[in-house]
Amino acid sequence: MTLHRTALRAVSMMASVAAIVGISVAVRAKPVSYELPPETAAFKPGPNLEVVQGNCTACHSADYIKTQPQGPKFKKDFWQAEVMKMIKVYGAPIDEADVGKIVEYLSQTY
Amino acid sequence: MIDRRTFICSGVMLAASGAVLPFSSNSALAETVTLPFGNGERPLVRYPQKRLMIGLTSRPPQLETPFSVFNEDVLTPNDAFFVRYHLADIPLEIDPDTFSVEIKGRVDKPLKLSLAEIKKMPAIDLVAVNQCSGNSRGFSDPRVAGGQLANGAMGNARWRGVPLKAVLDKAGVQQGAKQVTFGGLDGPVSDRTPDYVKALDIDHARDGEVMLAYAMNGTDLPLLNGFPLRLVVPGHFGTYWVKHLNEITVLDSVFDGFWMKGAYRIPDNSCACVDPGAAPKSTVPINRLNVRSFITNLTNGAKVKAGGPTIVKGIAFDGGTGIKDVSLSPDGGKTWQAAKLGKDLGKYSFREWQLSVRLPPGAQDLKVRATNQAGQTQPETATWNPPGYMRNVIETTSVTAA
Repeated sequence: MTLHRTALRAVSMMASVAAIVGISVAVRAKPVSYELPPETAAFKPGPNLEVVQGNCTACHSADYIKTQPQGPKFKKDFWQAEVMKMIKVYGAPIDEADVGKIVEYLSQTY
Repeated sequence: MIDRRTFICSGVMLAASGAVLPFSSNSALAETVTLPFGNGERPLVRYPQKRLMIGLTSRPPQLETPFSVFNEDVLTPNDAFFVRYHLADIPLEIDPDTFSVEIKGRVDKPLKLSLAEIKKMPAIDLVAVNQCSGNSRGFSDPRVAGGQLANGAMGNARWRGVPLKAVLDKAGVQQGAKQVTFGGLDGPVSDRTPDYVKALDIDHARDGEVMLAYAMNGTDLPLLNGFPLRLVVPGHFGTYWVKHLNEITVLDSVFDGFWMKGAYRIPDNSCACVDPGAAPKSTVPINRLNVRSFITNLTNGAKVKAGGPTIVKGIAFDGGTGIKDVSLSPDGGKTWQAAKLGKDLGKYSFREWQLSVRLPPGAQDLKVRATNQAGQTQPETATWNPPGYMRNVIETTSVTAA
């Protein structure tokens, strides 16, 4: 469940205005507005990069992939299992035709 | 100058008293740290309300506490406390005046309690360790998939809130209740992804210690640690400590959602382990913390004075029996000496310990081993399970005395 955000975002912008003009008011409500830093991790260049970007980035940042164990034991089988987990467990809407392409990119790039 | 009335009329009154926590781009640093396992390079990142942290992932955010923090204080500062989310739709604007938590399901009187109503109830204080199930996963050998953490996905804080029991009693739990589930404001990006919901058995939920916490170390929870209300399950892994808690549901069955039935499960045996690479025959939901201890004032590669007194200090903790003994070996495990335990902040807290040793010249492996009040201790070699949970091997710190 999530809060209704649009209205609160407007409120937070006005809060910044209030801070700039130096208004002090009795503190009662304290809505908290939190700004996440920009995402910096990016996918490395590799085959089928656009398929990977199109399928993976909706739900998580590239560092989820970049930080996994690397080496000869973490190639095709490892990434095939991960992609299938994303589909079966987390409901990722990945076309069957894209699975092989994503696994190829991940195994060759990481 | 704009007068106050103008602001009230234009609806900025609410906003002016709000806390805006912007990300400051000029504090973004390109520094990195390398954790001591393969592919361990991580950026050091700065988030609002947080000091420089080890960045594991950015969406959803996962931040690891730099280990040096554990040498600063037995209570982990809020701005250094680790962050772990599962799903990327996290609440970034929260108004504590409109926030409420719903108690529903098999109860006589379904309730919606505002934060103010919860804060009016008799409060309890408790110091407890919150440790991520995947803490130390990066050291698993063979390596396993998942968040590749070193030892910094844990923290110890003084939590203040109301017992879950009091809230459940207000709603009146009905006969036949078996479990209670917990959900928070954070959720999945896709509605095909299982929402993050966790469950506790009804007796555990009513033990008087599981709490709805609104304060941490004397102040509001940081947003990324569950503001304005989170579940605290003393002695249990962090997976149960649901953040931004807004839904409590009493069930007359065992909850079968993915985050209980499909994830966060350990081998159903006393070591929670299998042979490296093997699959467990049967599993149970992860539950209590096993006993661990760490040296915090010396790191691998530290140089100390040969023959002179070297103070070694650190922390130990377990899943709630309390720490009985901490022993240190100055010689790689050949001999052990009892350390002096620090102040007892309660059986769920980090327990500080300290010992003075004299080390002969050369490379020395310092080992630390804790035993809890139930007589459980730490293994000499690391146990293994497929998800990389519950590592509690005796830790070794290699120093050079000269």
